[in-house]
Amino acid sequence: MTQWKTILAAAALALASSTAAMAARTDLVLGMPLEPPHLDPTAGAAAAIDEVLYANVFEGLTRIGSRGEVLPDLAESWTVSDDGKTYTFKLRAGVKFHDGSNFEASDVKFSLDRARGEASVNAQKGLFAPIDNVEVVDPATIKVTLKNPLGSFLYNLGWGDAVIVAPETAETNKEKPVGTGPFKFQNWAKGSAITLVKADAYWGDPVALDKAEFRIIPDAAAAIPALLSGDVQALPNFALGDALAQVKADPRFKVVIGTTEGETVLSTNNKRPPFDNLKVRQAIAHALDRKALIDGATGGLGTPIGSHFAPHNPAYVDLTGTYPHDIAKAKELLKEAGLPDGFKATLKLPPVGYARQGGEIVASQLREIGIDLQIIPVEWADWLKQVFTDKDYDLSIVSHTEPNDIDIYARKDYYFNYDNPAFNKVIDELNLTSDEAKRSELYKQAQKILADDAVNGFLFELPKVGIWDAKVEGLWENSPIQANDLTKVKWAD
Amino acid sequence: MTAYLLKRLLIGAATLVVASVVVFLMLEVVPGDPARVMLGMNASEAQVELLRDQMGLNQPLIVRYLDWARGLLSLDFGKSYTYSVPVIDLIRERIVVSFPLAVIALALSTLIAIPVGLFAAARRGRAGDTAAMAVAQIGVAMPNFWFALLLVYVFAVWLRLVPAGGFPGWGAGAWPALKALILPAVALALPQAAILARVTRAALVEVLGEDYIRTARAKGMPMRAVMWRHALRNAMIPVLTIMGLQFAFLLAGTIIIENVFYLPGLGRLVFQAITQRDLIVVESVVMLLVAAVVTVNLLVDLSYALVDPRLRTRQ
Repeated sequence: MTQWKTILAAAALALASSTAAMAARTDLVLGMPLEPPHLDPTAGAAAAIDEVLYANVFEGLTRIGSRGEVLPDLAESWTVSDDGKTYTFKLRAGVKFHDGSNFEASDVKFSLDRARGEASVNAQKGLFAPIDNVEVVDPATIKVTLKNPLGSFLYNLGWGDAVIVAPETAETNKEKPVGTGPFKFQNWAKGSAITLVKADAYWGDPVALDKAEFRIIPDAAAAIPALLSGDVQALPNFALGDALAQVKADPRFKVVIGTTEGETVLSTNNKRPPFDNLKVRQAIAHALDRKALIDGATGGLGTPIGSHFAPHNPAYVDLTGTYPHDIAKAKELLKEAGLPDGFKATLKLPPVGYARQGGEIVASQLREIGIDLQIIPVEWADWLKQVFTDKDYDLSIVSHTEPNDIDIYARKDYYFNYDNPAFNKVIDELNLTSDEAKRSELYKQAQKILADDAVNGFLFELPKVGIWDAKVEGLWENSPIQANDLTKVKWAD
Repeated sequence: MTAYLLKRLLIGAATLVVASVVVFLMLEVVPGDPARVMLGMNASEAQVELLRDQMGLNQPLIVRYLDWARGLLSLDFGKSYTYSVPVIDLIRERIVVSFPLAVIALALSTLIAIPVGLFAAARRGRAGDTAAMAVAQIGVAMPNFWFALLLVYVFAVWLRLVPAGGFPGWGAGAWPALKALILPAVALALPQAAILARVTRAALVEVLGEDYIRTARAKGMPMRAVMWRHALRNAMIPVLTIMGLQFAFLLAGTIIIENVFYLPGLGRLVFQAITQRDLIVVESVVMLLVAAVVTVNLLVDLSYALVDPRLRTRQ
């Protein structure tokens, strides 16, 4: 058998060296666990859509960079009026859609009007609600007027849901996406793979890859052999779990642990007794042991959080010490709340590893102070219905993966059932502020209020685990938004 | 024979109608809203309602059932909620993977099981029988996902003879496509072969005790000829029944193997559709599978008549 293997290896080597002629590879196969339902980022919330298309096929006026910064994209530059309400964008020249048509200001107007229009089914329609009017000044200039000043407007335009599409192809993007990016769509073998190839004429820096294939591999146990056999060369979003150990020590691969925008929280129904009592929520916060939870639910890779904010954000404050792990204190608080013997409640868990495993740990931690949780596993669609829409729950565990989403606590009727006028005031003020230092200060205030109110159990920031061939360079380490930006990816020689 | 066939056809048709009602109603009571699943956690209630309207989900139950059932008759299954393409296209894309896979696996399992069954029955109680049945017992007990992963590590990771998974499509040529189906077919076939071999052996052993076998032997017919001509033919009915069940299972119940080899088959289509509450896809695929099972059973019933002339003349 050994001889067999040697012959095979020699043959493979001979084949590889004769065809590749020593040049660096220009193709890449990436494995992803979930298949996008369709390929239009402006018509669905599924992260998998952006993970294939964002920055690769579709571009927006602005874009989010690998560190979460706002960068110019199809808008070359912009000016903001003194009242903060009018944005004038100068558009990049010589940009073409993949179907050969020119990109012009009218396409921007069409895209933004479509996203905020009455019939829009954009999953982030709220991002476009502040827009009052979009006006084409000339083919290379567009003017957007807002109802009120909005500090995060340029960031919002960088979301995948705000990419620019052409009116001729908007309706067919779900099946055959046509954008302005460095890669164009080639083929989608449903259930199997999506292939992108280098676009013919691209306005920006040329990309190193000629071809990129996103292969759908739902099972982590199957993804590892696919990587080991060389079928797949990168798994940018690998599921947390035991399988990781198999490649960690292998020098052929890089294992990269990064951060995401996923604040994982013990969602709490703030209007339902006894959780409407601040003392009860504080008791829960004191009873939680984040270290044990992170070790058990994320293999020790998550970052503890004390409020609803990503630790890699410059405006982050560490509030994990607000209610430190203290069983005696927790019991004391429960007694003060009139529940010295604890109580019974339910914990509804969506079908993701961190929630199911984390849920068991949370339940055992809360049992120590007499809170007896009944664990109810639910499917994702069921979770959205029962917990998110009908708010029929006591506690749940979920990761909120939208970037910079602390404002969800100010939303009316959001499923936390939290309503604090002081917090809402901070968010209102934030929306009207564009000065960075001032915004950072307001973000800090907002984090503090949520931590003090112990709105939810703030657990940890979800890690991003990426595994790829050691020769592959330029894939994102962190995940400031859900994307697999391939524009800087190349094979080392 | 005609009456027998007609009766079978009628039973099949009635099964389909009842199944369509049951499938439709069952999925109606499953909680979860496809529109909310599509739009995620940042969309407002009004927007979800808008999408429900666009998907036609706000029409009365009976209207939706009749629309769907009418479509089924003309093979127009409607449009997928999530993919927004005709369901029939989705099914067609998947069936070109699932159907050949099921056929190859069944052929492979039969080719292994029948000779093993014959071998064991002919040596009933002796070492060969015991050994063959012990191996078969292991085959029955072995979890197929584990066996599949074992195959992947040996033939794809270590020897690199075949890909670890995936399906290049028949457009990539017959050989690459078949190559991608070899390991999954083996992983599916061996446990099935183990079951089939045991059934074959048991049926043969029973038949071998019959008087006509002794008579055949007594008139000087060689054992080999007795086995093939008399014993196997008479033992075929339970074997065919199991094969019919296995084919239906191989067509629909291969989700685990499809996941291990990330093959775009029918099992994964249904699984994905269930999690996304793409009800129309679930309903249509389930109905297709019901139809497949009914057809397979019909064929098995007919094949009884082929192997057993008495069934042809009875009634």
